[in-house]
Amino acid sequence: MKLLVAVKRVVDYNARIRVKADQTGVELANVKTSMNPFCEIAVEEALRLKEQKVAKEVVVVSVGPKSSQDTIRTALAMGADRGAHVLTDQALLPLNIAKLLAAVARKEDANLILLGKQAIDDDCNQTGQMLAALLKWPQATFASKLEIDQATNKARVTREVDGGLQTLICGLPAVITTDLRLNQPRYATLPNIMKAKKKPIEALNPEALGVTLTKAYKRVKVEEPAKRKGGIMVSSVAELMDKLRNEAKVL
Amino acid sequence: MLARRAWPRASSHIILSKLVRNAQTAAATPRRDEYAAISDRDIAFFLDVLGDRGVITDPDALQPLNRDWIGKYEGSSRLALKPQNTEQVSQILRHCNANRIAVVPQGGNTGLVGGSVPLFDEVLIMTGAMNKVISFDPVLGMLTCEAGCVLEQLDRHVGEQGHTMPLDLGAKGSCQIGGNVSTNAGGLRYLRYGSMHGNVSGLEVVLADGTILDLMSTLRKDNTGYDLKQLFIGGEGTLGIITKVAMLCPVKPASVQVAYLAVPTFQHAQQVFQKAKQHLGEILSAFEFLDHPSLIMTLKHLPNIKNPLPDIQTPIYLVVETSGSNLEHDFGKLEVFLEEAYNDEMIADGTIAQDSSQQASIWNLRESISEGLRHAGAVYKYDLSLPPNDMYKLVEEMRSRMKHLPVTVVGYGHMGDSNLHLNISPSMTRRSCPTSNHLCMSGQPARRGASVPSMGWVR
Repeated sequence: MKLLVAVKRVVDYNARIRVKADQTGVELANVKTSMNPFCEIAVEEALRLKEQKVAKEVVVVSVGPKSSQDTIRTALAMGADRGAHVLTDQALLPLNIAKLLAAVARKEDANLILLGKQAIDDDCNQTGQMLAALLKWPQATFASKLEIDQATNKARVTREVDGGLQTLICGLPAVITTDLRLNQPRYATLPNIMKAKKKPIEALNPEALGVTLTKAYKRVKVEEPAKRKGGIMVSSVAELMDKLRNEAKVL
Repeated sequence: MLARRAWPRASSHIILSKLVRNAQTAAATPRRDEYAAISDRDIAFFLDVLGDRGVITDPDALQPLNRDWIGKYEGSSRLALKPQNTEQVSQILRHCNANRIAVVPQGGNTGLVGGSVPLFDEVLIMTGAMNKVISFDPVLGMLTCEAGCVLEQLDRHVGEQGHTMPLDLGAKGSCQIGGNVSTNAGGLRYLRYGSMHGNVSGLEVVLADGTILDLMSTLRKDNTGYDLKQLFIGGEGTLGIITKVAMLCPVKPASVQVAYLAVPTFQHAQQVFQKAKQHLGEILSAFEFLDHPSLIMTLKHLPNIKNPLPDIQTPIYLVVETSGSNLEHDFGKLEVFLEEAYNDEMIADGTIAQDSSQQASIWNLRESISEGLRHAGAVYKYDLSLPPNDMYKLVEEMRSRMKHLPVTVVGYGHMGDSNLHLNISPSMTRRSCPTSNHLCMSGQPARRGASVPSMGWVR
């Protein structure tokens, strides 16, 4: 089986971000970036499937500017076999990404695509779903457990949904998006970090993949949420009641 | 009057071994009967100066203040005071001095050697209510603040203006800057930023008789007169209570890299350190080590701690951190260094943190060893400065001497500063532990020219 894992380079989970003064976006210069945590979980799951001998090859793909290559290298350092980088300087939203990934999936003849459920910079949670629709493949999203039955060529996926856990079985090839509890990603160890430098990353672009990018959105304004007012300490129950009744007017 | 455990800061091995021998004699220990007992008149005075909120007499509220973080030492103070400003501290001390009332200054109460809790029923003077940041000059990097500010909050505050505090330690979420200065805290970045003696630019201190000493110079270079503030840095509250601090903060590094390495022996660790200094030189900001037993102890007692290298087991592990201004440059240097060390077989395996979560996770492991040990039970803690070659030999020797006892001997610490934290963890409850095991300790560190660097002396 060949696994394709899509990874995204995002602002680091712990980085403090600021909105640009002209409100056109977030200040990204000199901000630390890293692989989207959910994408990391997807890479880890792919590597585990390879270790279980379910998958033969793990290919990692990322869409973005030149710096996306760093993210691909991280995945290679974790143990992925090859990389593919779709070079574009445009900031793309899920539909365009899904179109590009679909083209890569067809080109690679992948049997299973793993993605993070959402990226922590835009929280769209759309790419995996759109990708499945474009490929006309089944999808199982928010996976917290994944089992592949090679004999029947099906995947058994436990999904985290609002009401609890849902288990579904789908045929392969399929698109799976990962949720937090699926696994704990490994640290990239030195031997693998060094090997990763020699692993190939194929250079691709939208034209070569035959994808026309649509510009369907225009960002109007980006602003910070209103600052929360601080709380106050009250000195007695009577004072609390008074404030609830007369100031907050909730009683 | 200030009653403290009268241990001088030992820096010579002769003093150390003498101290050990005198540890049990009355001459070295302050006695309760030298000081007065608190009366209602005193409490009335304090209420008058501090108001209701500033006087604590409730036994339940006093219990955690009387006991140290390890849970090994417990005083019996019946009164804790929370002054809001320097003037109030001055009035309290003047009154106590005039009436021979013993006091104990207390900040975050995170100390590991029982220095922040009363011996008997001394009055606790808490600095926590004096927690205002006074100013920060981003050009010079000069922070002025009150002594009760929590270290982590200060780091966040100066972080917003592109700077960082020059010290960092596991207790940062609770420890207060006044206490850090009083104990001349070292910490994880001592290697890079040096000691409090260099970073503290000024202090405001209240002396035992209530005199307010204004040594708050915020000048980068000030050679006028005697540098009196140096006496209070590391003075452990014996000469006065620090109420304000002026500290020089370095610029926050744009790029921080953390690597976790598994090395076959301590000798290899030293070779790695030398190579790290050569390759990483000016960007090296921390070089810590921990041994396998401390890793196991921490993983066992703290389930949220992850093992970065679960597939390998070696006697010694290292945490290496670089801090610099350029990501590609620093990462490149680190990769070259690690590749060379790996190919020369100085390290068996290792990992470079790929994002800030992994960085935090690796540091969390190193910083949680103390907590892991605490969960295991009582701990005998020794903070020792030793010549690099002897650092781990001491741990090995203690381990072999105590192999017939139900104890685990662990060693970890700041390799870059030649500072070993030797911890002996007996598998018995805190209460049944003997209060002193110096029979086995005495002479050992002294023979190796050890001294007590940063934690303070432990009973």
